[in-house]
Amino acid sequence: MSLSINLATSKQKKTQVTIFPALNAEQQAKLRGLLEQGLPTCSRPYLALARKIGLAESPFIEQQVIEQIKLWQQQGLIRRFGLVVKHRKLGFNANAMVVWNIADTAVDGIAKQLSQCPEVSLCYRRPRRLPDWPYNLFCMIHGIERAKVISQLQAITERLNLSHIEKNVLFSTRAFKQQGARYG
Amino acid sequence: MSELNLSEVRLSELQQRIINRYQKGFPLVEQPYVEIAEQLAVSEQQVIEAIEELHRYQALSRVGAVFDHKKAGASTLAAMAVPEQQLDKIAAIVNQFEQVNHNYEREHDYNLWFVVTASDLLALNRVLEQIELLTGLPILVLPMEASYHIDLGFTIDFASTNSTATVNKVGH
Repeated sequence: MSLSINLATSKQKKTQVTIFPALNAEQQAKLRGLLEQGLPTCSRPYLALARKIGLAESPFIEQQVIEQIKLWQQQGLIRRFGLVVKHRKLGFNANAMVVWNIADTAVDGIAKQLSQCPEVSLCYRRPRRLPDWPYNLFCMIHGIERAKVISQLQAITERLNLSHIEKNVLFSTRAFKQQGARYG
Repeated sequence: MSELNLSEVRLSELQQRIINRYQKGFPLVEQPYVEIAEQLAVSEQQVIEAIEELHRYQALSRVGAVFDHKKAGASTLAAMAVPEQQLDKIAAIVNQFEQVNHNYEREHDYNLWFVVTASDLLALNRVLEQIELLTGLPILVLPMEASYHIDLGFTIDFASTNSTATVNKVGH
């Protein structure tokens, strides 16, 4: 009898998982807003966030915040968590949006090839808006020099046999605004 | 590695390492700056100062979360063809909306490109209508239909010189 109790206790100890109280909807919304503004640079930033969203003081409010972020990562709601860099300030001023008019039947295959290119940082399909806008595939190439970005694009176009496809390159010339998305 | 003088900011070696290592997978522990410090063999204070300096340089948008637009709400890319002499004024009107998070001038007849993000489609359309009303210009609305490659941050090849630095995708 006492042996089995001991076994059960030790087994329980090994597999013990601490469940922290989940955040309510209002706390979640507040935390999401704060994560879009960014972590403070104090020693315990998650504790600071926990207090800002009004969690009642307890020894585990910091863990409640951390577990919520992990859960959002698992659910795919958070795509990445870390430094969000302003590439222009780091000298990446040659920012080309390359737009293509690709037959609907071919667009997925070509998009997959383009997105494998190391120079391509984003690749999206979007609707055409005829007659003004015939392009249905967008990819971004970020670089330091315009000439190099253009030669990279030429190399990609030749390698993937895309020379016959209508395209346009829109370099950005000024950034009026560059900030994290707000969903409020 | 010496300090590298890029076009607008001068980054220390520590800052370069922090940027290339923590655009994703920022530590989710009680003292994340201590964990970064241990991994990079510096002190917590050095890490915090390096990040604070990046903020002062305005080289960082934030240290935080990039949410999946589709799961987190509604968003779209939008473009307008603005007469050149009105561009500053129109860009300022667009910028007033807190739902606008990127706004660029690009070389094309469609010369103003911005991203609008809202809690849902209804709210998104309301913002787009308001921008059209205030600017008097029609908006080309170009929502994402498929994503083939998502933003995972980028590795900066700091070892190269300025003119040959390249952007490489993280995690591929």
